[in-house]
Amino acid sequence: MSEHPDHDDELVQRLLGPSQPELTCEECFQHVNRYVELEIEDGAARADEAIPGMRAHLEGCQACEEEHGSLLALVRADGRAKHRD
Amino acid sequence: MPPLADPVRALDAESLAWVDALRAEGHVHDEAVARLHALLLRAARFEVARRRATVPGRDQGELDDIALQSAGDALVAVLAKLDDFAGRSRFTTWAYKFAILEAAVKMRRRPWHGRELPIEPELWPNFPDDRASPAAEAEQGELLAAIRAAMDEELSPHQREVLVAVALNDVPIDVLAERLGSTRGALYKTIHDARRKLRRRLQADGLT
Repeated sequence: MSEHPDHDDELVQRLLGPSQPELTCEECFQHVNRYVELEIEDGAARADEAIPGMRAHLEGCQACEEEHGSLLALVRADGRAKHRD
Repeated sequence: MPPLADPVRALDAESLAWVDALRAEGHVHDEAVARLHALLLRAARFEVARRRATVPGRDQGELDDIALQSAGDALVAVLAKLDDFAGRSRFTTWAYKFAILEAAVKMRRRPWHGRELPIEPELWPNFPDDRASPAAEAEQGELLAAIRAAMDEELSPHQREVLVAVALNDVPIDVLAERLGSTRGALYKTIHDARRKLRRRLQADGLT
């Protein structure tokens, strides 16, 4: 038992990873551009429906999740810039 | 995994213009490559700026160099894979991901240059102990103890080494891949297989 239950939860998650089927890192890279556009234009639920296994992979792979987050932020920033034009 | 529902849609006008110009010859091609490099440099700088706090003490010139190298590497990758672009997103979104990948990998590796990788678990909590605690915490502690035992008993030395480094010791997977002469994808497959073994064992023991 640990004195840090939140830490323990995170540790269990890191060690066991997602329980659902997931994409590989290569498949994630292949589809992440479409995924972020779907997230922005149609919402996360639609993106998850169109590309099954992506969300689980992003939960399990920190590197891919970080890059997904950056791409999402950059494309969103582009969209805001276009609206200002 | 079921097949991806990933229909190719018609290229939007802007993406079509990018692809046509990059496939052209002469001045049109050269001008498109210059614009593409500028686009990729913007994406690389965006990624470097997001990660700046992870490399304290680096001066702006060094970070600019990382962004410039990343944009150059991404440019080579985008031009080499141009035929793979199928219009599933805008061209710019597709191109950005190459620059973000290059910059992210370089920024992850930078703080680990010359450092030995920790291979012994550093994040295990101290358990079991005899303090009174709520039932949920006790259950979670029991689960962690079972995972630790399963790692010792079920995983191969390579699976254990990779899972411990990445999941317990916060070694970025790209850094470990570079040291082991492997790739992110191969190491993640190792982690995926290790996690599956652990889940099976926990299920067999009635813990999940």
